Amino acid sequence: MKRPFFLLLAFFSLTALSHAHAQGKFMTKTGRVSFFSASPIEDIEAQNQQVAAVLDFAGGQLAFSVPIKAFVFKRTLMQEHFNENYMESDKFPKATFSGRFVSFDAAALATAGPHNVQVEGDLTLHGVTHRVQVPASVELKSGQVLAAATFPVATADYNIEIPLLVRNNIAKIVTVRVALTCAPVSGGAVGAATPAH
Amino acid sequence: MRRHFYANYCFPGLLLAGLLALATPARAQTDLLRDLEKQTTDSTQQETVAATFKGTHIINAQSVETPGRGTLAFLIQHRFGTLNSGAYEFFGLDNAELRLSFEYGLSDRLAVGVGRSSQEKTFDGFLKYRALRQSTGAHAMPVSVTLFASSAITTLKFNQLANVETRSTASRLDYAYQVLIARKFNSNLSVQLMPTLIHRNYVALAGMQNDVYAIGAGLRQKLTKRVAFTADYFYTLPGYVADNFHNALGLGVDIETGGHVFQLHVTNSRGMIEKFFVPQTEGNFFKGDIYFGFTVARNFTIKSQL
Repeated sequence: MKRPFFLLLAFFSLTALSHAHAQGKFMTKTGRVSFFSASPIEDIEAQNQQVAAVLDFAGGQLAFSVPIKAFVFKRTLMQEHFNENYMESDKFPKATFSGRFVSFDAAALATAGPHNVQVEGDLTLHGVTHRVQVPASVELKSGQVLAAATFPVATADYNIEIPLLVRNNIAKIVTVRVALTCAPVSGGAVGAATPAH
Repeated sequence: MRRHFYANYCFPGLLLAGLLALATPARAQTDLLRDLEKQTTDSTQQETVAATFKGTHIINAQSVETPGRGTLAFLIQHRFGTLNSGAYEFFGLDNAELRLSFEYGLSDRLAVGVGRSSQEKTFDGFLKYRALRQSTGAHAMPVSVTLFASSAITTLKFNQLANVETRSTASRLDYAYQVLIARKFNSNLSVQLMPTLIHRNYVALAGMQNDVYAIGAGLRQKLTKRVAFTADYFYTLPGYVADNFHNALGLGVDIETGGHVFQLHVTNSRGMIEKFFVPQTEGNFFKGDIYFGFTVARNFTIKSQL
């Protein structure tokens, strides 16, 4: 049952290849998001490698889904506090971003090297949504899209309460880093490629 | 297993989506995020429930928690004298019992610990293994189960003058075995049950049992994000322990700051390890034989998780 679908898919992908890469949908389920908070007392760092993201160059849109519990800290206790007290991840298990590329010509992707792009959209964190605009870079490399962004997040904006006792240990603004390697989505590629034919 | 599922289910779906897109090239702007969530929300995904209790101890009792891989916890457990000892004894504060211990997480499931109590100059060593972890998802595990085994040796010098019989090394040893069964009902309430066996190689009085069976219960109820009420209680099963011993009851408050947890409590038990508080609690809680105490745990990260 599986084989014919793969073959069919491979066929579609091949016929769609040239256009699909510049215009189609790309996604990952193993994207990386890390954040870093520097303070005089302690640097706090956490990494997440289970980020799902989809970049739709045809539609000029993108979306992220970040499972909060998948953030790994150096210290187990920090991780526990992060989930239990700061992010309340039982209540708010995911952070999401849903937005669009601002004035980015998808055709530019065909040329080599990273391209700078502005991304605008709604960032939802700890149940609070804010519209943000962040600079990012995208690059098409051997059929995959590499995307990266670094931007600040102010904890107070998202009702993340830091108790008085540790106020000096945790920076008010944490730096968030995003790094993705997205593979083309076959279904999207078929759809995106078709109008060109 | 997941791959199989994905291949059979999602690919035709994607194809169908593709075909639909063929039919309507100028498809309205889809909600990308919703699509993404649909694809990533896997109903079979299991997630373990974390932080059933805040520390590795509830009050007297061990909790199902272990320090976690690569974490060394240094615990200072402290008990003052009884509150009813009067103003002369400063309501117990003149008196102090102490237990210092190290607990280390060899893995996220297995922890080893050593401790030293000032009571009877006792050393103890223990193993804690998280056999089952409560989880959510398709094959959800309703409870966490941690197995606990410890042995303790008193190093008190026996007083030759007091006509105490000479005791061998073996007679200085006691053992404790527990199955800790806990469930976090919601983010605020956790409950633990603790079937317990204490084996004492030596008992002071003829007729006293070497094996003492008990059942313990513990509880955490969060009051605010960082403050929780805790309680634990051990009921000794009928058998001859001794008439002047009571069941151990502890009531406490956990206060969480950045790096540590302060546990403040009152209990009728002076001892801080199983062989003391299960069969040998001398205080009668309701007559004011209450020891004020605290536990401070400081965690050191030996091996980073990153």
